[in-house]
Amino acid sequence: MEQAQKEKEALISGSEAIAVACKLADVDVITAYPIRPYDTVMQYVAKLVANGELDCEFIVAESEHSQFEIVKHASAAGARVFCGSSGVGWMYAFEALTVTPALRIPLVAMVGNRALDDPGAFGVEHNDALAVRDLGWLLVWVDTAQEALDTALIAYRVAEDRRVFLPCAIACDGAFLTHSQALVKIPPQEWVKAFLPPYNRGDLLLHPDNPITVAPQVNEDWLMELRKHNDEAMKRAKTVVIPEAYREFERIFNRSYGNPFFEEYQTDDADVVLVGMGTLSMPVKVAIRQMRREGKKVGFVRLRWFRPFPAEELAEVLGRYRAVGVIDRDYSFGAPHVSGVVATEVRAALYPHPSRPPVLGFICGLGGREVTVPDVRRMSDLLFEAAAGRAVPLTTWVGIRE
Amino acid sequence: MDAVETALPTQQLEQIKGVKKAPLEEYFTSGHRTCQGCESALVMKLMVKAAGPRTIVLGSTGCMYVANTTYYSTSWVVPWMHTQLGSSGSAGLGTAAALRVLMRKGKIKEEPINVIAFCGDGGGADMGLSAISAALTHPQYNFLILLYDNESYANTDIQLSGLTPYGAHTTFSPPGKMKRLLHTRWKKNVAGMLAAGHPECRYVATVCASYAVDFMNRVRKALSIGGPTFIHSLDPCPKGWDYDPMLSHELGELAVETGVWPLYEVENGVLKLYGRTKAIAEKRARRKPVREYLIRQGRFAHFTDDDIDYFQAKVDEMWEKWLIPGVIPFRKELEQDRPPV
Ligand SMILES: Cc1ncc(C[n+]2csc(CCOP(=O)(O)OP(=O)(O)O)c2C)c(N)n1
Ligand code: SF4
Repeated sequence: MEQAQKEKEALISGSEAIAVACKLADVDVITAYPIRPYDTVMQYVAKLVANGELDCEFIVAESEHSQFEIVKHASAAGARVFCGSSGVGWMYAFEALTVTPALRIPLVAMVGNRALDDPGAFGVEHNDALAVRDLGWLLVWVDTAQEALDTALIAYRVAEDRRVFLPCAIACDGAFLTHSQALVKIPPQEWVKAFLPPYNRGDLLLHPDNPITVAPQVNEDWLMELRKHNDEAMKRAKTVVIPEAYREFERIFNRSYGNPFFEEYQTDDADVVLVGMGTLSMPVKVAIRQMRREGKKVGFVRLRWFRPFPAEELAEVLGRYRAVGVIDRDYSFGAPHVSGVVATEVRAALYPHPSRPPVLGFICGLGGREVTVPDVRRMSDLLFEAAAGRAVPLTTWVGIRE
Repeated sequence: MDAVETALPTQQLEQIKGVKKAPLEEYFTSGHRTCQGCESALVMKLMVKAAGPRTIVLGSTGCMYVANTTYYSTSWVVPWMHTQLGSSGSAGLGTAAALRVLMRKGKIKEEPINVIAFCGDGGGADMGLSAISAALTHPQYNFLILLYDNESYANTDIQLSGLTPYGAHTTFSPPGKMKRLLHTRWKKNVAGMLAAGHPECRYVATVCASYAVDFMNRVRKALSIGGPTFIHSLDPCPKGWDYDPMLSHELGELAVETGVWPLYEVENGVLKLYGRTKAIAEKRARRKPVREYLIRQGRFAHFTDDDIDYFQAKVDEMWEKWLIPGVIPFRKELEQDRPPV
């Protein structure tokens, strides 16, 4: 896009990048409640507010439940809103998280992924965010501070699109992304204005000029129809609104994410591929570069959007390989093939595909444990074994003390 | 931006002088399914009649949600939104915050809009208490939280709440062969607690809809004064209290006349008793025995004379020994021991 203004570059963390996105999006109501690592975003927001750079109602709530309820109602009254949480804090808000999509509230939230207590653990694990996968939330994982900023802007555009009107959670790996700094291109305000229309709640606005009743009792009479509406909104997000938003983003910001739903790394000629989300990509890519020098053709698919889940697109790509390995930074106790959540979803996505490669699950990096290059090599070795038709366990815990 | 945050102007709602001066317009109308004689439904009607059409009402889960807002037959003429059982405070706060910022940024027209969030005793005195307390500490937002207290979790079939009276029969405290009284806790003093603990809250009152004009005027004061405000209403509930629905009005009056439910308001830090409560405190009227109130209700049918005496003694204590009856639970002796200098 031809613009008089240019992007600035700054060395900022993933959390700060999202705070900057809030400023660029001119968010109206923001609520905060401390829990690591999410609270860092609010520390940056607080500074922006204190310095007069962001004009919003910045409300420090007395709990996560209140935090999410406050923004839910502010959004119903027409305000663009932001909040978030981590780990058990996210779970404490769960009731509010449940009703937000049901009420078609386009809240954008950050989940600073964190293990669920007890025993106390602050490190990254994805179970907190994944807990909303069945509730109607849009759910996206980011890998870099730049992607965090860009995705936050995209999230507002998608969530607030009348065809969608669903909340969107941006999942950021605790510490690895929330606390690590990187050079980030910060777009000028005009570009963001061109990209992100004002939030317009239309005939759903709660205002005396529009005296509607929101969330009356429906019971068995209407609930199925309302659930179906949400389902259709989610489908529209996947087929129309998300791709449209990325195309527009590319046009205005001159930065391309290729396929909006997942990133592919060295997949063109790969024999086997790994699949993962979030900041895993760093050790995985390093290991792949090593292995490629040794002639081992391993590729990587980094999932961005988990809800909506890009099942067909993913199956199309993954169906080409001789074996697929899914790295889960989460766990689903007692799940099919005792796997993590992502592996289960990937298997489900591949089921209708004509060629169904073996899908191995790897449980790795729980609670913030580092995912190392040797870990990735070990997973790849198992994938080659499976590709050669040898029996390997469907799920393996990698990097665990034996 | 200003360092000192200023509030938006509020609607200045005039006090209603007599029942004939009450507005005729209804903003809570047909379509609801509350029980016959439900005083909480009357509270809704009077509350929004007092507030008028430029009002947003938010209601937490409970009878006043479930019975009043059936899909396609809402009884609300003003905009209305459900909030979670523990979220009346957050709902009021979030809505008021949105109005404030949208008006400041010119995204909607600037005008005073009343925001009222209501909750039942279960939602308000139990799980919602922390959010209400937090909400009352934000002086820059204009909203009223109204707690309609039918003394049980009525909607889920009459379970005891933090505001259920001592000894009452509820589905969680049925009288039994071994234990005659399963509920032996005394009712929380919510309005007193909130008034004492929230110096930025400019208006706290107790009300009873049996005194309809007083009730509406308390709502009007709360909405006009600005900032977050709180009203606690005692509502007879024929189903939960187990009495003939035609007695609702009378039971409300009896609650006040026996001194079980003192009427007071705390306006800008100044406490005033009003109505019949004031008359009793000034000895212009006599406090009726609580027996008259208790025996009309099936939920106390298992009470013995001893139970009634105990109940009376606790109410007497509140009137005779408290610094202010029903409001400030510190013993008067303290004041006498150490008179202020
Ligand atoms: C978090 C949560 N817990 C439990 C319920 C079930 N529930 C619905 S209504 C209700 C009773 C509310 O009682 P109260 O606040 O006293 O209002 P009332 O029904 O008496 O009007 C309960 C417990 C709920 N909706 N939400
Ligand atoms: S149970 Fe009580 S509060 Fe609920 S509708 Fe009936 S009378 Fe009203």
